Amino acid sequence: MTTSCAKPPGCMPLSGRTLHPGSARGGVLRLDEPLSFWGGTDQDGRIIDRHHPQRGESIAGAVLVMRSGRGSSSSSYVLTEQLRCGSGPAAIILAEPDAIVTLGAIVADELYATAVPVVMVPLADLTSLSTGDKVHVEAGPRGARIAAVV
Amino acid sequence: MDAMTLTDHEQKMLDGHHGEGVAMAMRIVTSLARVRGAPRLIEIGSAHIDGCLFHGQAGLDFAVRLRELGARASVPTTLNVGSIDLLHPGLVRDRTPAEREVAIGGRALMDAYLALGARATWTCAPYQMDARPALGEHVAWAESNAIAFCNSVLGARTDRYGDFLDICAAITGRAPYAGLHTDEGRLGEVLVDCTAIPERVLAGDLAAPLLGYLVGSRVGTRNPVLLGLPLSTSEDQLKAFGAAVASSGGVAMFHVVGVTPEAPTLESAFGSREPAETIAVTSEDLVTARRELSTATETRLDVVSLGTPHASLDEIATLARLLEDGPPVADGVDVYLSTGRSVLAEAERRGHVRVLEESGIHIVVDTCTYVTSILRPSARTVMTNSGKWAHYAPGNLGVDVVIASLEECVQSARAARVLVDDDLLR
Repeated sequence: MTTSCAKPPGCMPLSGRTLHPGSARGGVLRLDEPLSFWGGTDQDGRIIDRHHPQRGESIAGAVLVMRSGRGSSSSSYVLTEQLRCGSGPAAIILAEPDAIVTLGAIVADELYATAVPVVMVPLADLTSLSTGDKVHVEAGPRGARIAAVV
Repeated sequence: MDAMTLTDHEQKMLDGHHGEGVAMAMRIVTSLARVRGAPRLIEIGSAHIDGCLFHGQAGLDFAVRLRELGARASVPTTLNVGSIDLLHPGLVRDRTPAEREVAIGGRALMDAYLALGARATWTCAPYQMDARPALGEHVAWAESNAIAFCNSVLGARTDRYGDFLDICAAITGRAPYAGLHTDEGRLGEVLVDCTAIPERVLAGDLAAPLLGYLVGSRVGTRNPVLLGLPLSTSEDQLKAFGAAVASSGGVAMFHVVGVTPEAPTLESAFGSREPAETIAVTSEDLVTARRELSTATETRLDVVSLGTPHASLDEIATLARLLEDGPPVADGVDVYLSTGRSVLAEAERRGHVRVLEESGIHIVVDTCTYVTSILRPSARTVMTNSGKWAHYAPGNLGVDVVIASLEECVQSARAARVLVDDDLLR
C-alpha cells in the first residue's frame, strides 16, 4: 500500500491500494449508501433500489465512489454482465476491500479484457471526490492514484 | 503488499502446468486472496456452487470459457438451484422474450456447470444430502443460507463465497485462508438474549424465521450468539433462522449456546472476548418482526409458497400429516413446495408425495419460486413460512407477502384467506 500523501487526508491526487488494476477517466458519481448491484441496478446501469438515495442515477461510464458494496454475492455476476454490455462503471473507488465487487471486475477482465480499475482509499478521502468531478484513475501493481483532470 | 505465499503445487497451477483452465481459476482465487489479505491458500474438501442461476450472458461465457480451457472440479462439487425445473418442464414460464432468455440461457448455464464436473443436485440445501462436511473441515460453499448452515450447524468452515469464486475453488481445490476459515473469524461478536421468550413459542416453527429476520437486521455481518433457545431446537429451525439472518443481514456464522457445535457454553462461543453488543429479544419483538416482514394488506389469498430453503424430509412429512387431517386446499389457491431431488425421492418412497399430489400441491425441484417465473402473474398475496422468501419475493416478483407458521399456511390455503394468530408468538 502506498502512503505517499504527507498532506491532510483528501488532498489530490489521492493515493490508494489497487484491488484490481486498470486505467480510466470519467466523472465521479459518489453514493451516500452502499449499493447492491444485484437487485439494486438494472441492465443499463441505472440504480433501481427503492431505498437508495441515488435511485435513478446511472453508474454507466462513471467513476463510482462508495464505501463498499452491499448484499448478495450475485452482485459479482451482475457487475460482470454490466461491464460486458458496456453499462458498468469506468472505475470503482471503495473504502473497504470488498471481495464481491472486485470479483466482478476481475472476471470481466478475464472474459472481456475490460481492465476496470478497483481502488481502495481511506474512508476520509472518499468525501474529497464529489459527484461531477472529472478524474483520472490509474491502478497498477504497486498502488493506485486518483488525479483531477484539468 | 504481496505477502501471500503459495506452495510449489499451487504456483504450478498458477503457471499453467495443469492447463489453462486451472491457471485461469487460480488467477481468480489468488487475486481474491490478495483482496482479502490472506497469507496463504487452504485446501478444501468440497464445493457448493451458486453460479448456476442465470443473470445474463456473462455467467455462461465464464463457465464455457473454463470448460473450453479444460478445467474440471477437483473436489466433490454440488450445485445450487438453477433457473428452471428440469424434472417438471413447463412449470417455469417462457412466454415473454425475457422469460425465454432466462429459460434458454438458464438451461445452457446448468449444462455448462455439469460439464465442469459438478453433480446435478440443484438444491440450496446441500446439507440435506448424503455426504456432509465434517466438523472443522474446510470447504468452499456459496449461497448464503448454505454458508450459514455449514459454518454454524455443521461446524465446517467456509467463507462467504459466491458466483465465480465458488467454481474456481472447486477447480483448484483451494480457497483464500481468511475470514471464517480462521479460528478468530468464527468467534461470537453480538449476544442475542432470547431467555424472555416463552419456550412454547421457541418450540414452534414461526419463531426461528422471525428471530432470524430481527437479528440479521440488527447485527449486519457480525457473528451473533443466541442464548435461551431450547436444547431440542431442530436442524429445520436452525435452517429457517440461518436463511432469514443471512437475508436481512449478511450473517455467515451464528452460535446457539448448547445447540450448535462450537458453542457448548457462552464462553466458548465468544472465546476470550466480551460481546461487542447485547440485544434482548421479546415475544413482542417477534410480533413486530412479523408485521414488518408481512407487506400484504388484503386477506384474500392467492398462493402459498413453502420450502425456502428446500424442504427437508421432516418438513414434508409434517406437511403431509397436516394435509391428511382436513379438507382440501381451496380452489384458486396455488400451493407450492420447493425441495431437492434427493429429498423428493425419499419422500416418494415414504408415501408423502402421493398425499401432497392428491391435495393438489405443486412440487418444485431444481429451482425456487422466488428466483424465476413460476407464480401466476395475477397472484397478489402470498403466504410463506420462510423469512428469506418474505424478504426477497416482494422485490423480485412484485407480490405482497404474509409470513406464517406451516399450520397457518395450510389453514389459510383451505379458507382462501389469510388466517394468522399472533398469540402463537406470545
